[in-house]
Amino acid sequence: MRKGISTAHSVVDPSPQTRWFASVIVVFYALVTMIPLAWIVMTGFKTPADSISYPPKVVFSPSVEGYCNLFTTRSRQTPEYLASLPPAQGICEQNARNQQMAVAGPSNFAPRFTNSLIIAFGSTVLSVGFGVMAAYAFSRFQVPLKDDLLFFILSTRMMPPIAVAIPIYLMYRELGLSDTRLGMILLYSAVNVSLSVWLLKGFMDEIPREYEEAAMVDGYTRLQAFRKVVLPQATTGIVATAIFCLIFAWNEYAFAVLLTSGDAQTAPPFIPIIIGEGGMDWPAVAAGTTLFLVPILVFTVLLRKHLLRGITFGAVRK
Amino acid sequence: MTSLLDHAARATPAPLVARMRGLSDRSIAWIFIGPTMLLLLAINIFPLIWTVKLSFTNYRANRPNAEVSNLGIENYVSVLTDPDIWAAMQTTAHFVFWTIALQTLIGFSLAYLIDRKFRGHGFWTTLILIPMMLSPAVVGNFWAFLYQPQTGLFNTIAGFLSGASPSSFSMLGEVPLAPWAIVIVDTWMWAPYVMLICLAGLRSIPEYIYEAAEVDRASKWRQFWSITLPMVLPFIMLAVLFRGIENFKMFDMVNLLTSGGPGSTTEVASITLKREAFEKWRTGYSSAFAIILFVAVFGLANIYVKALNHIKNR
Repeated sequence: MRKGISTAHSVVDPSPQTRWFASVIVVFYALVTMIPLAWIVMTGFKTPADSISYPPKVVFSPSVEGYCNLFTTRSRQTPEYLASLPPAQGICEQNARNQQMAVAGPSNFAPRFTNSLIIAFGSTVLSVGFGVMAAYAFSRFQVPLKDDLLFFILSTRMMPPIAVAIPIYLMYRELGLSDTRLGMILLYSAVNVSLSVWLLKGFMDEIPREYEEAAMVDGYTRLQAFRKVVLPQATTGIVATAIFCLIFAWNEYAFAVLLTSGDAQTAPPFIPIIIGEGGMDWPAVAAGTTLFLVPILVFTVLLRKHLLRGITFGAVRK
Repeated sequence: MTSLLDHAARATPAPLVARMRGLSDRSIAWIFIGPTMLLLLAINIFPLIWTVKLSFTNYRANRPNAEVSNLGIENYVSVLTDPDIWAAMQTTAHFVFWTIALQTLIGFSLAYLIDRKFRGHGFWTTLILIPMMLSPAVVGNFWAFLYQPQTGLFNTIAGFLSGASPSSFSMLGEVPLAPWAIVIVDTWMWAPYVMLICLAGLRSIPEYIYEAAEVDRASKWRQFWSITLPMVLPFIMLAVLFRGIENFKMFDMVNLLTSGGPGSTTEVASITLKREAFEKWRTGYSSAFAIILFVAVFGLANIYVKALNHIKNR
């Protein structure tokens, strides 16, 4: 035993050997868990032939064919027809020509991606806006049946989406909201508002009441105090909540696949049905998946301090 | 001048005075809670009542003009006596059990190791957490590619480790393997969730308890069983309950990986419900099934909220 080291730490600190052992296992797990994600990114840059080679290729010459196939539709043409076309412009057209094909037009990926963006942001604004107000009321005022209302709000999120989808499908058909962005925004807002209320109530509870009370003594009305004192204090919480709502709406699949099919379809139900010539076009699927995941990776890193709160509805804080 | 002001004040109706001084707290509370409640009533409660109504009929959503007759509780009776439904519930129970068992084991072990606070543990923790933030549908779909016989990366690695030929087995196509294919993806995704909650539990244990145990010469083993585990247990329970509720509803991953197959090996409750409601269009029947699932989840949610409040009030 090296006494110098053991006395430098408190008695409960793990020994250096323990730390080393722990770090090796954790790092190994982290690396293994990253393999599927790394494989998605790599497959996006493979050619369809490389993507299904045996054994799987770790080293390959990168190609943008997957991304081209993701964003375009192509049709097979006769050599005579291709020869009659003007010279290929852009790398995607060039790629297609090399395979006796011509780019026929843009694919549905960009509109689906746009739908995802609009629906995610729209529902986040609504659910966070409503959530801030309700959370403030629950945090500061004597609301009759407060606990029951809060439980009711949370329980709506626990419902199985498929079960909710049956009447929503019928209701939207009656109201003309089927396959519309507005319909999806309202639906996702309703699902997210529960998370939003619970999380924001936790953040609001942490803001001392004395701040508003002081402001009200100075002549602010309750609403002014809410706007000018509480909201600025709650900014971090509001941003964290908004990101959680964004991620949920962005990732949602069950409602999207059952209630949208065209105009309002989001990316998650679209990506799995990207089909190329002769089966799944895996490089295009991987390219779409990569583009779809990048925003989430960024948000996860931004959110890492608040993740725990978000996934436990604000119950567990560090 | 003062008399004029007094006069004006007396002449102004009382509610207006109140509005000029700002709304009363009580009305602000209702105005603030109102929009949330309206949204939930319109998108959750109204449809729920509609489902209850439909569950007593033989309505079919693909034949809106057909005559609808009232069946009473017949749908509920046939759901509860349908062997296919019970098979689906059993499959769901198996999934819930195995995913939770694996996720708790892996999640707690990882949290315990990360709590040794080695250098750089923050970075590696964030890395491990990434899968749980991703879309189960989009990522689950990609696992179908990893599971391809022969050319899939999973088959190649599993084949290399076990010595079997990568083309000799198909994770998604074989009855004994397909459930495990889904359990593996779900565990990959959600073990970090359990880990994160356990980590919070471990960090909530005050250091002086361990110091006291050291003074009393309690072995590390004894400390683990008598201090660490009991104090983390409420957090583990919370994670287990939440994963239980979520996996009871499991749909995305199963729908994309196997859609219930091969045969009905992986047909969990949500998949059965989707088939009945959106493929066979037995709306009345599936509404009854949906209500039964609601009641089950509602019961679980009730326990969950009690657990949340218990942890919060510690």
